[in-house]
Amino acid sequence: MTQEFILETRGLTKQFRGFTAVDEVNLQVREGHIHALIGPNGAGKTTVFNLLTKFLPPTRGEILYRDKPITGMKANEIARMGMVRSFQISAVFAHMTALENVRVALQRPIGTSFHFWKSERTLDHLNDRAIELLDEVGLREYADVLTVEMPYGRKRALEVATTLAMNPTLMLLDEPTQGMGAEDVDRIVALIRRVAQGRTVLMVEHNLSVVSRLCDRITVLARGAVLAEGDYQTVSADPRVREAYMGSEAAAEETSA
Amino acid sequence: MATTQTMTPSMKRERRANLRRNAFYLALIAIGLVAPFFAYPVFLMKVLCFALFACAFNLLLGYAGLLSFGHAAFLATGGYVTGYLLASYPALTPELGILIGTAAALVLGAAFGALSIRRQGIYFAMVTLALAQLMFFFYIQAPFTGGEDGLHGVPRGHLFGVISLRSNLAMYYFVFAIFLFGFALIQRAVHSPFGQVLKAIRENEPRAVSLGYNTDAYKLVAFILSAGLAGLAGSTKTVVFQLASLTDAHWHMSGEVILMTLLGGVGTLFGPVVGAGLVVSLQHMLAQSPLGNWVGPILGVIFVVCVLSFRSGIVGEAMKMYRKNFK
Repeated sequence: MTQEFILETRGLTKQFRGFTAVDEVNLQVREGHIHALIGPNGAGKTTVFNLLTKFLPPTRGEILYRDKPITGMKANEIARMGMVRSFQISAVFAHMTALENVRVALQRPIGTSFHFWKSERTLDHLNDRAIELLDEVGLREYADVLTVEMPYGRKRALEVATTLAMNPTLMLLDEPTQGMGAEDVDRIVALIRRVAQGRTVLMVEHNLSVVSRLCDRITVLARGAVLAEGDYQTVSADPRVREAYMGSEAAAEETSA
Repeated sequence: MATTQTMTPSMKRERRANLRRNAFYLALIAIGLVAPFFAYPVFLMKVLCFALFACAFNLLLGYAGLLSFGHAAFLATGGYVTGYLLASYPALTPELGILIGTAAALVLGAAFGALSIRRQGIYFAMVTLALAQLMFFFYIQAPFTGGEDGLHGVPRGHLFGVISLRSNLAMYYFVFAIFLFGFALIQRAVHSPFGQVLKAIRENEPRAVSLGYNTDAYKLVAFILSAGLAGLAGSTKTVVFQLASLTDAHWHMSGEVILMTLLGGVGTLFGPVVGAGLVVSLQHMLAQSPLGNWVGPILGVIFVVCVLSFRSGIVGEAMKMYRKNFK
């Protein structure tokens, strides 16, 4: 009945030894949107992320993906349903080449991933698709490079390529521009806009200029609870949001300028 | 079109590297084939058995990132099962005895793995140690192991019921074949679709999970493979020396295989072979010298020097130097 929401939480709560990190969060992510989760440090954004992707079990509450409850599922099962996350610190396989990084994501559906008696050459037919994906994020010439030797911004792009290899319907990006220089930020923003075509994106982001440029809808968290929700204009005009962000907004504007 | 053009130089390089590698492997096999004419075969067999044991251990530590402190249990289980069967059933041929011993270690590995694989780091090491100690005390009490005395006089028998293994030379070639099989299996597993996933898990487990992999299942398969190969080493060793004893089940043995692997180079294919060769040779040489009682301390000093000055082990350091100077 609420098919327009691809992801929904009801009363999502997480307590750590009595401390409530996430408090009765009702989140609704509309299909096709780029939805941002923002809030001051310690607001519980990353905890919400970990709850949604099953890296943490919730204390209470329900998570629905396309109206189907997924609260009891495992992290890897959710990924197979098309709900794929990235990480705050660039999550790449450092001692594998860029091509191998992407190929690991491509090889699982083939069903030979437990075959320890087969040569890895049997995966070579995936190379063309992997190079296509690398091309999509501008990393074609890095195909044979060990990831550990790539610059930081390129690693984040590689992460996007690996995530795309899963052909996700819902991408969850945890601070995709964190720790980047202005040039890399612009590149990643353009990249996210491009790969979001035909997909839904939920992202945690500190950089408000990125949020204002990219996102259709914004949920503001403060002290684990939803403070405000709406588009950028609505949210940024909200006095409670301004109060919660006092100081940190100015800082964010500065780094993005 | 463009794809083939950009791939060509790297593919050429790869082909050259493959040729070099194959030549290297062939040379090593040739050395292995003539070695018993230059060195005492029993000593060589001991080296090969421990090399296989260390390679099996390295599959887990070097390629799955799991430090087991209980691998003695698998070595001993292979040894005891094979020894007991061959001693009690004269009709049983040695290859079948080894096969059953290996299977027993495999089953034990599945059980231990299922119990320990969810733990990380030091907790994983402690669980494996505890389980291995459990097996040690079981083998002291169990009637079929001979307790403190061990099993003696295990017959070598006739391979396939035909070839007598009484001669050390025949025995050597059988052991060499088993070692090659184990080594080839590990080399293949490392460079397989499974090996790719294992590598990804070792590099970044949460990311592997987020790509849909049930990482515990992959680690469990690696654990079972490693346990089975350790059992194969133990079974073979029992046939060679015609005895199985508590030494193999003792936690010292779990520590020794860590020493061999780290000394030679963890996460390299040949590191454990070199490490095992070195440790066994030292033990052999020192046992015959006036320093016989000092084997432990001397190995300890070597280990400390190794960990402090060349952390990636002998083979690891050699590969680093090769890469720096020739590439």
